[in-house]
Amino acid sequence: MSGATLDPRLNPSRAAPKKGMTLSWSDPRLRAIVWQVVIIGAVAAIVWYLVSNTNRNLESRHIATGFGFLFQSASIPIGESLLDYTPSVSTYGRALVIGLLNTLKVAVVGVVLATILGTVVGIGRLSPNWLLSRVTAVYVETLRDIPVLLQLIFWYGLMQALPGPRQALNPVPGVFLSNRGLKVPMLTWQPGYWWVLLAFVVGLVGTLAYRRSARRKQEETGQRPRVWPAAVLLLIAFPGIVWAALGARLAVDVPALRGFNFQGGVTMTPEYTALLVGLVAYTATYIAEIVRSGILAVPQGQWEAGGALGLHRGKVMSQIILPQALRVIVPPMTSQYLNLIKNSSLAVAIGYQDIVSIANTTLNQTGQAIEGIFIIMLVYLTFSLSISLFMNWYNAHIALVER
Amino acid sequence: MTERGFTRSAHRAVGAKIFGGLLAGLLAVVGFGGSAHAQGSGSATLDAVKARGQLVCGVSGDVAGFSLPDSKGVMQGIDAEVCRAVAAAVLGDPSKVKFVPLTTQNRFTALQSGEIDLLSRETTWTLGRQASLGFLFAPTYFYDGTGFLVKKSLGVSDVKQLDGATICVQPGTSTELAIADYFRANNLKFTPIEIENLQQIQQAFLSGRCDAYSTDSSALAGFRYTQGDKASDFVLLPTIISKEPLAPAVRKGDDKWFDIVQWVLFAMMTAEELGVSQSNVDTFATSTVPDVRRLLGADGDLGKALGLDNKWAYNVVKQVGNMGDVWNRAIAPLGVPRGINAPWTKGGLEYAPPMR
Ligand SMILES: N[C@@H](CCC(=O)N[C@@H](CS)C(=O)NCC(=O)O)C(=O)O
Repeated sequence: MSGATLDPRLNPSRAAPKKGMTLSWSDPRLRAIVWQVVIIGAVAAIVWYLVSNTNRNLESRHIATGFGFLFQSASIPIGESLLDYTPSVSTYGRALVIGLLNTLKVAVVGVVLATILGTVVGIGRLSPNWLLSRVTAVYVETLRDIPVLLQLIFWYGLMQALPGPRQALNPVPGVFLSNRGLKVPMLTWQPGYWWVLLAFVVGLVGTLAYRRSARRKQEETGQRPRVWPAAVLLLIAFPGIVWAALGARLAVDVPALRGFNFQGGVTMTPEYTALLVGLVAYTATYIAEIVRSGILAVPQGQWEAGGALGLHRGKVMSQIILPQALRVIVPPMTSQYLNLIKNSSLAVAIGYQDIVSIANTTLNQTGQAIEGIFIIMLVYLTFSLSISLFMNWYNAHIALVER
Repeated sequence: MTERGFTRSAHRAVGAKIFGGLLAGLLAVVGFGGSAHAQGSGSATLDAVKARGQLVCGVSGDVAGFSLPDSKGVMQGIDAEVCRAVAAAVLGDPSKVKFVPLTTQNRFTALQSGEIDLLSRETTWTLGRQASLGFLFAPTYFYDGTGFLVKKSLGVSDVKQLDGATICVQPGTSTELAIADYFRANNLKFTPIEIENLQQIQQAFLSGRCDAYSTDSSALAGFRYTQGDKASDFVLLPTIISKEPLAPAVRKGDDKWFDIVQWVLFAMMTAEELGVSQSNVDTFATSTVPDVRRLLGADGDLGKALGLDNKWAYNVVKQVGNMGDVWNRAIAPLGVPRGINAPWTKGGLEYAPPMR
């Protein structure tokens, strides 16, 4: 912005001269301070009253208090966990950490997938292709209006309609789909893989460096060298050669039916899948609308200018329109991400043990409701603040840089 | 499930969410309520029930034999009868009960917060619940135990064969703890599927998501019974892995209210022991047996001692029935034998202290 439009009061040379504060009620600064003291005092008094009253009531009702339960062994069973957990041995603290990780697992993947799907659908709705714009419009308009809980229950019901493990679908060798989830083979880690991983990291650094030099060359000469052949070489071939040189060891853990269920491999459970699909499908409708309105907010002239430069539609969209639309899109995205995370607490309804489910069970089994609710609030507060901070940072990052 | 079941399950899952009952519970604990009234009967709960003219009773509302509305919308089952018996003793009218459906997860906060006067909801009496949750449990009216239901086609006949199985169980129950302990003790593994809503968990079991469904074995029998023609497709495994004494619960800090609930149940047991039932209670009006005369309020002041009308126990037996009447109405149709739930005089565990 130029100085001419600045509010003159913000211009230090033109602001009113500073005066000392007078001890008079007519001095607005004194009034402000007095009011703040009064309000802080009132809030403190209310908090003090609530805390002491709570303690008195808890005591008179003989309800246990404190966080000691975190270190007691928990007999609550947990179906899906990223950490080792043995019911009746592991602690409530560990159970809660597992719940937190389960929430993160669905939140992080959900936010990424919802963003991708929402963007694609949002762009699709503006497509000149009649069929594409109709299909995306119907998707957005219907799913947005059905309560997300019902959608989750629907997806979960669909998962349960799959055949049992003994009749599992086996589309590709080693991959099984049944009402116990999707089972896929998994590499079992070999010590040599560390070197392969290192080679990949080196390749990644090399690729990034190459891309930078390519960009510099483009600015100097107008010619941009191809990046992808170098990327393939560095990211795939190089680690591949390292792997081959170390003996090309490959150990795969393939799921196999043993007893009641498949053992081995990795599992995507029906509970997780239903929750993820449900949250992504629902949240993406809102994101699509945000993306669509963001694109519509970019003046039509930008399209025309891009066309006049001889760029085709896709290029105009990705290079000219979207970067400008992003400034309209990013702020409302924050609340969609927060919605997705908050809605993930509906996991309880379909048996996915997220932080809310495990905290609820914990407080039920230990009787420590206040502590349990405190933990839930702390977790969601941390999520909300982290996402808001990140999105604010990102928003500032993409804000129009004026020269 | 039916239309009704579905909307209700949706409702409940939302209602049972983080902030529903819990927050209400917290607010009540945080805020007001608490010490008993100085005047009145000496029992804040009794005064509140009388002033309201209604007993607010927490039940599950969806388990055959325990609490389930019949075709006319009247709540039936042993849990519901316990509520009615207390209403009959306190208000002289068993219909003055408001039933509040609760889930396994939100039942305790509902009682702690004062949302209900009495919890009569297939709830197992445990040390932890008594000591940490701040409840008192009136006598056990049903000696139950954790069992397992499997599909016959699974070919399992014993719990120990369930190593590696997926088991459907409701969170916040003593059942989930019992399974964890039993499998640990026997060095077996299992994968739990924990769903709070009853219809949803039963659906997960029926669809084959779980190999076994576990809860109190009486409720399993009831569930199997409600499968009608398909009942024979399911097997109730013979091993019972835990003790689940079901008892009504009240808040600590109101001893007089506890006395009332406890002795209403004892009165129902005593009546059965003495042969006084709903159908013949009036023929005892002129009885000369001192135990009967005290029970029915002809002699002594037992009712007054509890802060009730002297006809309290008569009202309970006349309007609701004795323990055997209730059993025959609620549980017997499920095909569950009386077994250890018979009176002690018939070799069971039902045993009331002397009413004098
Ligand atoms: N007795 C056990 C188990 C209670 C329980 O899980 N009951 C189940 C089956 S009897 C139930 O009430 N389900 C009904 C519902 O959740 O709506 C306890 O107190 O924790």
